[in-house]
Amino acid sequence: MRSPISRRHFLKTSFFAAGTAIAGTSIAKAATSADADKEPLVTLIDISRCIGCEECVYACQDANAHKFPEPEKPFPKMYPDRVPVEDWSDRRDVTDRLTPYNWLYIQYASATTKEGENITLTIPRRCMHCQNPPCVKLCPWGAAKQEKNGLSRIDAQICLGGSKCKDVCPWDIPQRQTGTGLYLDLLPAFAGNGVMYKCDRCYQKIKKGEQPACIAACPENVQTIGKRSDIIKMAKDLAKEKDGYIYGLDENGGTNTIYVSPVPFDQLVFETGKGKPHMHPVKDTMADGSNLAIALAIAPIAGAAAAVGKYYRQMKEEA
Amino acid sequence: MVYDFKSRRIMYGLTLFFIALSGFAQMPIFKRYYIADIPGLGWLAQFFVTHAIHYALAALLIGFCAYVALDYYFARKNSGTKKFQITEDTRISASAWVKIAALCGLIITGCFMVVKNLSGIYFSHGVVIGLDLLHLIFCMLLLGATAYTWVRTRSWIC
Ligand code: SF4
Ligand code: SF4
Ligand code: SF4
Repeated sequence: MRSPISRRHFLKTSFFAAGTAIAGTSIAKAATSADADKEPLVTLIDISRCIGCEECVYACQDANAHKFPEPEKPFPKMYPDRVPVEDWSDRRDVTDRLTPYNWLYIQYASATTKEGENITLTIPRRCMHCQNPPCVKLCPWGAAKQEKNGLSRIDAQICLGGSKCKDVCPWDIPQRQTGTGLYLDLLPAFAGNGVMYKCDRCYQKIKKGEQPACIAACPENVQTIGKRSDIIKMAKDLAKEKDGYIYGLDENGGTNTIYVSPVPFDQLVFETGKGKPHMHPVKDTMADGSNLAIALAIAPIAGAAAAVGKYYRQMKEEA
Repeated sequence: MVYDFKSRRIMYGLTLFFIALSGFAQMPIFKRYYIADIPGLGWLAQFFVTHAIHYALAALLIGFCAYVALDYYFARKNSGTKKFQITEDTRISASAWVKIAALCGLIITGCFMVVKNLSGIYFSHGVVIGLDLLHLIFCMLLLGATAYTWVRTRSWIC
């Protein structure tokens, strides 16, 4: 939960401005340069630097407050009864998990270093911005979208809250708020259940060449954003230099978020569950579809070949 | 030669049934409405399973359509010869034209959607929504026309 006296406002004055000034130029360059069309933007998260101050969490809430849902109550009755009402509107200050009002949270992980020291690591967790995001590609209404710069986001005007994006997300990232969105104007009793929310990589800031709020607010420069090739190189160099481990490079076929940890990811012990994503290896969930696309390309040729074969066989028989 | 329309009909009917079912399963409705709770239908709520089935059946349907279309073309071309049941007078019925148009629409929009789902492919948001809606509209058109021809026992050719 958010503490009543936050360090946020104090820190904001000292670090926020400086951080934005330094890093803002690079993102502006990366986001607006011609390369932005060719290469997605990727963030590197150096876990060893994070002190768990939650500045990023509050910066995210501040920067995105205007996007948060204002649900209408009472909620329309939904059928059948099993359809869950998910209401976070009275718990907006929850910061120890992902919610529709909290798109980034700090996960506490305990681990033992190679030297045998017991340590606690704090890990900023949010949407990974997968390179081929199932949440976007499999949304039946096209409510989720991916931009050329690699970020994925859910359009709150179109989303019906069916939660398919969460079901297909390997980390169950998107979170639902009932009682808001387009479904209210359609058949609220029988279809839809609100709107799904998640980190949208501060797309409105990126568009202006600014840093995402969480990156700009961090006093420890935990996150770095830039062109994919640059960030991958940086992550690999960092892992090499610190004898660290990488997560996100290959997960789900590759993501646009790369974590570097001083401890192997399978040795991090932390609470997972609703709104608290894991850090297991993840196979490419879209791979089957991509492989079957080849079968789709061959299918008409095979069908036509069969027809031609039959025709010549018959012609021969007749001759 | 007598055309083997029966096996063709069965194959088309089964493919159409399961491709429509796996298509509707792309919407999160089967779990909500207990259909996936029916023993043996749990797979309907597994999005990656229904997605793969939809693709595999689409490959089958496209191959089948290509085969039938070309076979029909050859049969008409050679209607003078004794082996072919189809003659120059054979026509595609009006209801069949509706189904053919819907099938073409489904295949074209479906192909674009498959390409969209590949890694590194970005379609504009408007195009994606347009494809989703058109695919659904063509599906409803095909199912509607199929129901009509079923009830009125209309054939593809007359
Ligand atoms: S992490 Fe989940 S929500 Fe984020 S892009 Fe990947 S699939 Fe979508
Ligand atoms: S990129 Fe923006 S939306 Fe995403 S976690 Fe950071 S501040 Fe929040
Ligand atoms: S990422 Fe930065 S702002 Fe966020 S908790 Fe860690 S140190 Fe604080």
